[in-house]
Amino acid sequence: MSLLKTEKVIMQFGGVVAVNDLNIDIKKGELAALIGPNGAGKTTAFNVITGVYTPTSGSVLLSPANENDSIDITGKRPDLITGLGIARTFQNIRLFKELSVMENVLIATHQNVNYNFLSAIFRTPKARRGEAEAKEKCEFLLDKLGLIDLKDEKSSSLPYGQQRHLEIARALATSPELLLLDEPAAGMNPQETDELTDFIYQIRSDFDLTIFMIEHHMDLVMQISDHIYVLDFGCTIAKGTPDEIQNNQKVIKAYLGVDADA
Amino acid sequence: MNTQKMTFSSFIKTHWKTIVFLGLLLIGIALANEFADSYLRRILNLCAIYTIVSLGMNLVNGFTGQFSLGQAGFMAIGAYTVAIFTVPVEMRASVFYLEPMAPFLANIELPFIGALILGGIFSALVAFLIGYPCLRLRGDYLAIATLGFSEIIRIIFTNTQTITNGALGIKGIPTISNLWWTYGIALLVIIATILLVNSSYGRAFKSIREDEIAAEAMGIGLFKTKMTSFMIGAFFTGIAGGLFAALLGTVDPKQFYFTLTYNFLLIIVLGGMGSISGTIISSFIVTIGLEWLRFLDEPMAFGLDLPIFRPGFRMVIFSLLLMIIVLFYRKGLMGTNELTWDFIRKKIRSIQSRLGRKTSIDGGEKK
Repeated sequence: MSLLKTEKVIMQFGGVVAVNDLNIDIKKGELAALIGPNGAGKTTAFNVITGVYTPTSGSVLLSPANENDSIDITGKRPDLITGLGIARTFQNIRLFKELSVMENVLIATHQNVNYNFLSAIFRTPKARRGEAEAKEKCEFLLDKLGLIDLKDEKSSSLPYGQQRHLEIARALATSPELLLLDEPAAGMNPQETDELTDFIYQIRSDFDLTIFMIEHHMDLVMQISDHIYVLDFGCTIAKGTPDEIQNNQKVIKAYLGVDADA
Repeated sequence: MNTQKMTFSSFIKTHWKTIVFLGLLLIGIALANEFADSYLRRILNLCAIYTIVSLGMNLVNGFTGQFSLGQAGFMAIGAYTVAIFTVPVEMRASVFYLEPMAPFLANIELPFIGALILGGIFSALVAFLIGYPCLRLRGDYLAIATLGFSEIIRIIFTNTQTITNGALGIKGIPTISNLWWTYGIALLVIIATILLVNSSYGRAFKSIREDEIAAEAMGIGLFKTKMTSFMIGAFFTGIAGGLFAALLGTVDPKQFYFTLTYNFLLIIVLGGMGSISGTIISSFIVTIGLEWLRFLDEPMAFGLDLPIFRPGFRMVIFSLLLMIIVLFYRKGLMGTNELTWDFIRKKIRSIQSRLGRKTSIDGGEKK
């Protein structure tokens, strides 16, 4: 069953067509990847899915587990889309730098608070219970991701790799069904990339996730993806399994820039 | 969850310093209320009122990262609400001697506390009206709109003769505000702010300050959260305005020029954007400083007549101070830290160790 579907999504900025006719179909539980040369429109595609941009035309459909029909999330507010079960990380890490690791993760649970700010000020039993539950959940998450010892550190003081992990922890705290990872291995050395591979496998099984990621490390992509979509200048030039993509002439051409008549 | 339950004795044990501090404060207020002259009492009252306004402003500017400059306007709303509803009905004819008060208001008299809260609520409602269009946008629109609002509200109050008595202002407000009122409410506001900032809502405010895009991606509704913060800030400011009116006994539109807002801006920048204790400390520094520097407004007799010392010169000093802080000491006194007992202990220790190291270096150089 497909979890996320985009239908004929076009995203134009003035005369620039950043994403042209994007048709993605991500099945529940799979691990899909979006690849393409720089400037191909990968992050724009993510921004359209998460509601940062409203597409010029086309639609984005999400079928969460607790709904019978798919929901049209085209151009909905990002916070509402997060509430429906899509969480994301950012290409350039966007942590809440001045706040502690724990606070960073706790913020992601704020969408679930069921008490108003007055109850929060007066620390009513309901508010206290909610706060305790949120803390428990976040501690569990941080423990799972190996960040529990750092929970009181300022998030900007963490080493780079840990910051990436924290960003994923924060995304997981929103209880997503679909996790969008925007270049999770950017700036990592081969060893760290290997660790990341294991890490992604682990969270996928632990949290029953569907993962859609943008990545440039081909080893990583070919190793873990079930399906790959290749973008070039906004157009989907290929889609398929890693084997199919590796042997696709168009993809090789896009990446290596082979002359058209060669 | 049982671990969070604290027994009374353990509560005393962990917070005894704070309890002692509050006790001393209480005694201090009682003494000041009895023995201080009216000038000193006025300044101390102003300190507490400025603390309330600055905390409301810091909630919006420091914790939520939205730049609001409407403090004078929100204060005016609170002050006029208290003025209109607490002047005794039988005195109103003599206060509104140019034109009588509008009949729908003329016979309503509220108790002080009711008028105070009503002033806060009016402020918050006006904040909602301003915030509704502005807080949907990113950027500095809120600053421009709130600055405009505080001028507009002043001009409205100057021209609604039958409600606000226009440029004459309203006199004869019962001067109920004393140290107990101002410090009591300031304390309540401080506690409410601390509890709010350390709740899930407070974290949501801070996440918007840190990174709006990431906050939104984490499911924080930007508009709703900013609006909550903005309205709470306006509510506090309205209450402070009411206390201000009942302290002076008279309100008129000229008291609420937007220059008043810059006092609060100075306070929160000096104290540290996003620090509650910094705001409290700098409220006292700035309020007392503003009074203490009054000698700069008087012509000085140095034998020769220096033309720079004239009314308004202390504002030049204050502007300079603001620039110096922004240029060289951007985080203010406290940054986003809070003045806790732990913080003091660490500071003292770091100063001690620095002194210790310095003497050892000096010793080395002597050889």
